[in-house]
Amino acid sequence: MTYSFFDLMRSRWSLVYFGFYFLLGMVLLFLNNDVSKAVITMMNIIVVLTPLIGTIFGVMYYYNSKEFTELLLAQPLRRSTIFLGQYFGLALSLAGSLVFGLGIPFAIYGIVGSGALVSFILLLAVGALLTFIFVALAYNIGLSNDNKIKGFGLAILLWLFLAVIYDGMFLISLVMFDDYPIDKFSLIASMLNPIDLSRILIILELDISVLLGYTGAVFQKFFGTSFGMLASFGLLLIWCAAPVALIVHKAKRKDF
Amino acid sequence: MLRAILILFLLPMVCLGKTINVCSSCQFISIQKAISVADSGDLVLVKAGTYAEHDITIDRPISLKAEGDVVIDGEKKSYIIKVESDHVSISGFKLKNVGISFTKDFAAIYLHKVEHFLIEDCTLEAVYFGMLIEKSSHGMIRNNTVSSEGTEEVTSGNGIHLWHCDNVQVDGNHLFHLRDGVYFEFVKESTVTNNLSENNFRYGLHFMFSNNDVYTDNTFRDNGAGVAVMFSKFIEMKRNTFIKNWGSASYGLLLKEIYDAEIINNEFIENTIAINVEGSTRVNYKHNTLKANGWAVKIAGACYANVFEENNFSSNAFDVSYNSKINDNRFSGNYWSEYTGYDLDKDGTGDVPYRPVKLFSYVVNRTPETIVLLRSLFVDIINFSEKVSPVFTPDELVDNAPKMKLIP
Repeated sequence: MTYSFFDLMRSRWSLVYFGFYFLLGMVLLFLNNDVSKAVITMMNIIVVLTPLIGTIFGVMYYYNSKEFTELLLAQPLRRSTIFLGQYFGLALSLAGSLVFGLGIPFAIYGIVGSGALVSFILLLAVGALLTFIFVALAYNIGLSNDNKIKGFGLAILLWLFLAVIYDGMFLISLVMFDDYPIDKFSLIASMLNPIDLSRILIILELDISVLLGYTGAVFQKFFGTSFGMLASFGLLLIWCAAPVALIVHKAKRKDF
Repeated sequence: MLRAILILFLLPMVCLGKTINVCSSCQFISIQKAISVADSGDLVLVKAGTYAEHDITIDRPISLKAEGDVVIDGEKKSYIIKVESDHVSISGFKLKNVGISFTKDFAAIYLHKVEHFLIEDCTLEAVYFGMLIEKSSHGMIRNNTVSSEGTEEVTSGNGIHLWHCDNVQVDGNHLFHLRDGVYFEFVKESTVTNNLSENNFRYGLHFMFSNNDVYTDNTFRDNGAGVAVMFSKFIEMKRNTFIKNWGSASYGLLLKEIYDAEIINNEFIENTIAINVEGSTRVNYKHNTLKANGWAVKIAGACYANVFEENNFSSNAFDVSYNSKINDNRFSGNYWSEYTGYDLDKDGTGDVPYRPVKLFSYVVNRTPETIVLLRSLFVDIINFSEKVSPVFTPDELVDNAPKMKLIP
């Protein structure tokens, strides 16, 4: 079952997606010619773009394959198998496109020998995790809204909220409460948003972490330790697992 | 007749001084003993070998010279050489193991109230202070290597420390693993040229209350906090390289209370803060290259009538950071790698003014914690909107003639 969806996905859209990332990586490296600098540029793109693409593809795919899903529901199959199969098929193929699409150009330009290898792998891992998170969130939105337009709207709003609005609110609250010790608050607030969390994880891995100054020191103290790394990756995994569990839960109860 | 002329010629040379040799099989086996019998203008020539001596006092105008590998081991007791006379030259020694004390500034070579000194080609290892020079003038310190084994700032001394001196030249020295590479306090009309100062715990070069000095063609690399020039007037800084002073409290160049300085043709590469300015007036920045720094120029208040002309600002996280809305400094004809304007008449100068202060850098200045949002999409958006219509950043802080291409 899962396998058929793998195949389906790999055929069309994921190929386009793969091509997009491949081209992006090639062009970036061609213009930059410096692997470690390209990794920094890549970070901006991954942190913003993978969630967006994950959400949109997730919702689109859910609505597109709705009729086929209904057909499958008539078969003697467990609901969780069907929906998890769809989810993993989509998320895996998107994540795969990302990893290979970027990995191949960077491998050609010699990432393996350069010092940026660790940060590049972290970048890809974070990108893949973000894909999983946002596809799951999008699937939840699809499952709870039968109205396509509403579903799309909500999905885009979700992305907008986590990628832009959240940071805006975060910034305003930091500026407003700057008389108080807000290091801990900023640490927690940035961990609650998967996009912020991934951004900070990557920044701390890169050289530019010293720019973060004293606040950075608090972060470095936390994320720099293996506990902090594990905790933040764990949190990303929770961000991933919770919506997936919700998919299973919702799919079981939903009346088609 | 010929003989008379020859004698006339040779006489001054002979009179100028005799040579006293020091070695394990010579008449003198101790450097101090040799010095104590020397007359003015004599040459004390020390032959190869290791001498365990400290507090060698030079109280008469002589030349102390090493022939071959001469090591003087201070055995971590005290000063190694103390100079108390004018017209002394010291060259070619390797001095090591200076005493470490928290009440006395022990140094490998200590000069007090002397004039016309020369220290050259010496290697100073495991020092506390390298050269400590007090109330002296008209000296030359060149081609020495000074290093220490200190592990932290409080237990290390400075490489070349001048206090109340004038007309001293410091040229071609290599200074590393010290507290400050070169430290000038109340030093006038002196020059620091062609030195390499690296991996020091605090500053590569440190000026305090020193006026009319020049430092050119030096390289400052990987120092704890870079180069600090404080409370000084009329300093010339030219063709220096400030590289990789990278750390959460590091900068390439720190200027504090500086008046009438010239900062020309320097390179600042990969520093956390390339130039940190606090309270400086009438400083000219020209033809400098600022590349891949966190902050290129960070201005923190009370800076008036400074001019930034024809500098290259490339790939810095923040080009200029500014904490007030009042601007009395002038930016003109610089190259900014983030400039996005156009040049219709093709004269090499952009037609749209460039605003080097981003909104985010203003916000970060007010609330340092917000730096965690660095490189967030939201920040890009607010920077863009501020660029289009400035509200928070100083209105008149613009470069009206930004260059389109890197200034060579």
